[in-house]
Amino acid sequence: MSLEALIVSLLYDAIRAGTPLLLGTLGEIYAERSGVLNLGVEGMMIMGAVTGFGLTLATGNVWLGLLCAAIVSGLLALIHAFISITLRANQVVSGLALTMFGLGMSGLLGKAYVGIPLPCPLRSVSIPVLSAIPALGLFLFQQDQLVYLSIALVPLLWLVLFKTKAGINIRSVGENPATADALGVNVYRVRYFCVLLGGALAGLGGAYLSVAYRPAWTEGMTAGIGWIVIALTIFSMWSPGRALLGAYLFGGVQALQFRLQPPPPVGLGISPNILAMLPYALAIIVLLAGTQETIRKRMGAPSALGTPYVRGEK
Amino acid sequence: MRPRLKIEKRLVTSRRVMFLASVLSIALALLVIALVFWEYGVDPVYAYSEIFLGSFGSIFGLSDTIAKAIPLMLCGVGLAVAFKALVWNIGAEGQLLMGAIAATGIALYVFPDAPAWVVIPCMFVAGFLSGALWGLIPSVLKAKLRANEVITTLMMNYIASNLVNYLVYGPWKGLKEWGFPYTDKFPSSAWLPILPIGTGRIHYPTLILAITLAVLTYALVMRTKLGYEIRVTGENPDAARYAGMSYFKTVVLVMLLSGGLAGLAGVGEVAGNPSHHRLRYPQGISPGYGFIAIIVAWLGRLHPLAIILSSLLFGGLLVGGDAIQVSLGLPFAAIGIFNGVILFFVIGAELLMRYKVTFEWRKEG
Repeated sequence: MSLEALIVSLLYDAIRAGTPLLLGTLGEIYAERSGVLNLGVEGMMIMGAVTGFGLTLATGNVWLGLLCAAIVSGLLALIHAFISITLRANQVVSGLALTMFGLGMSGLLGKAYVGIPLPCPLRSVSIPVLSAIPALGLFLFQQDQLVYLSIALVPLLWLVLFKTKAGINIRSVGENPATADALGVNVYRVRYFCVLLGGALAGLGGAYLSVAYRPAWTEGMTAGIGWIVIALTIFSMWSPGRALLGAYLFGGVQALQFRLQPPPPVGLGISPNILAMLPYALAIIVLLAGTQETIRKRMGAPSALGTPYVRGEK
Repeated sequence: MRPRLKIEKRLVTSRRVMFLASVLSIALALLVIALVFWEYGVDPVYAYSEIFLGSFGSIFGLSDTIAKAIPLMLCGVGLAVAFKALVWNIGAEGQLLMGAIAATGIALYVFPDAPAWVVIPCMFVAGFLSGALWGLIPSVLKAKLRANEVITTLMMNYIASNLVNYLVYGPWKGLKEWGFPYTDKFPSSAWLPILPIGTGRIHYPTLILAITLAVLTYALVMRTKLGYEIRVTGENPDAARYAGMSYFKTVVLVMLLSGGLAGLAGVGEVAGNPSHHRLRYPQGISPGYGFIAIIVAWLGRLHPLAIILSSLLFGGLLVGGDAIQVSLGLPFAAIGIFNGVILFFVIGAELLMRYKVTFEWRKEG
C-alpha cells in the first residue's frame, strides 16, 4: 500500500471512529453549558447502540433504528434531569447510576442480538463531484449520512449556542441561573431541554457504533467511549468546533491502533493489550491539555456546572 | 384545587429520618426493578425469592455473601473517605486490580519459596502500595493541575484492566495453563487461610482487616484533626483554605488511603478466593466490585460502620444475581440494572433527608 493510500485510509477510519465521540460530545456540551453535568453518557450511548441495532433489525429501516435510539437515550437523560434538576440530587452520582443502569439494561435487552449480523447497515454515500477530489474526496466525501449529519451539526450547534437568543439563555442558565431566572428565563425548562438533547445525541452516537461502524451488537461495546466524551467536553472548552478536532484525534488513535497491532512488516507487533491502553492514556493527556488551556484563557467551565438551582437559595 | 409540592430545608437530619429514607429508597428501587423483571417475562416474586434464598437463605449462600462483601467493604470504606473530601474517586476498580497485580508479583516472582508469614504480609503491603500509587496519580493531577478526577480515575481503570490482560496473555501467562489467560497458581504459602464454613470462601484475614480498617477509618474521620480537615475540605473548600489547611495534602492523602484500601481488596481476591489463587483476566477477578462499592459507600451515607452493613447487602445481591443468572437465564450484566436503579433511589431519597417535603392544596388562580 502506498503511503498516500495509507494516510487516506487512516483518515477515513479516523472520521468514522470519531463520529460517535463527536455526537456524544456535542450533546454533552449543551447539557454542561446549561449547568448540568451528565456522567451517564456511557449508559445512554450503549442503550442507543442496543436500541438502534434492535429496531433496525426488526424493521429493516436503519433510520427508524437511529430515531428510536435517539428517543430512548433522550428518555434516559430525562431520568437524570429529573433527579438532578427537580430532586436536586448529586449530579455526579446520578450520572454514574445512569451509566450502570444503561450498561445493565442493554445487556438484558441485547441478549437476543448477540452474534446476529445486521443485514441492512448504514452504508456510505459518495457525494457527487466532491468525492472526486483527490485524497480529500476519498476520506471525507465517501462516508455515510450520519457522518455528514454530525459534521453539519457542528456549525449549526455553534451558531445556536453563540449567536441566538436561545443560546444566550442556555449559557446564562449555566453561568448564573439566579440572574437568568430574574430576567424571566425558565431555568428548569432550559436545563431539561439541554439534557434531553444531550441524551438524544449520545443515543445517535451509540447507535452509530452498532448500525454503521461495526454493524453488530456485543455486550459493553461502547468500551468507555462515553467517558472519553466527558474528557473531550472539557478539551473542547465547551465549544462545538474544538469537539470536532478532539473527536477525530481520538478516532485517529483508534484507527492507528489496529494498524500497529499486526507483526512486522505490516504493523509493529505491539501487544494489543498495550495498544488498547492508548485511547485512555490519551484521554488523560487531552484532559490535562484542555484544563490548562481553560485556566490560561480564564474560560472555565460553566460556573453553575454541577449545582442544582433552587430559587431564592444560594 | 391543585396539589403543590412544598419543599422546606431541614436544619438537622435525624438518624431516624436517614434510616427510614434509606429503607424506603431500597424498597422503591426493588419495586421498579420488579417491573423490569415482569416486563421481561420473569415473575418478580420468584426472582426476588431466588435472590434472597440464594444469598441469605442458607449457610452456603451466606458464606458466599460474606466473601463477596469483603472487597466491597474495603473499597466502599476507602471511597467514603474520598467522597467525604469531595474527591470523586471512581477508580476503585483499577486500584483493586493493581493490588491484585502486586500480590501476584509477590507470590509468584518475588517470594515464591518463602513461608506464609513472610509472603502474606508482603502481599498486603505491596497491594496497598500499588493501589495507593494508582490513586496517587489522579490526586496529584487534580490537586496540582486541576484535572477532573472522575475522568482520570476512570481512565486509570481501563489502563489497569488492560495491564492485567497484558500480563495474563503475555509475560505472566502460566506455564501450566493450556491457552487460558491465567497466571500459574500461587504456591500454597501465599493462600490466605479460609473459614471452614459454607462454601469455604471466607478468607478471614481480609475480613478482619476490612472490619478493623472500617473502624479505624471511622475514628480517623470523626476523631482526628486530619479527619476534621477532610470533612471541612468536603463541605467548604474555601473555608478549609482560609483556615490554612493544605488542599494538596488532603486530596493526596484521601486518594492514597482510598486507593490503598481498594488495593487490599485486590490482594484478598487473588490470594484469598479459593477459585482464584492466581491472576486472571480482569472480569474474572472482579465483577465490578470497585463500581458497586460506590453504591455501597453512598447507601452507607459515607459512614464507615454503616458501610459494613451495606456491603453485606450488596454482597448478597451479587450472590443472588449469580443465582438468578443460572435459574432464569438472565445475562450477568442485568445486575447493573439493580445497581443503577438502587443508586438512583438512594440519592433521590437524599431529598427527603435534606428537605421536608409536604403537599399543600391550593386554590387555582
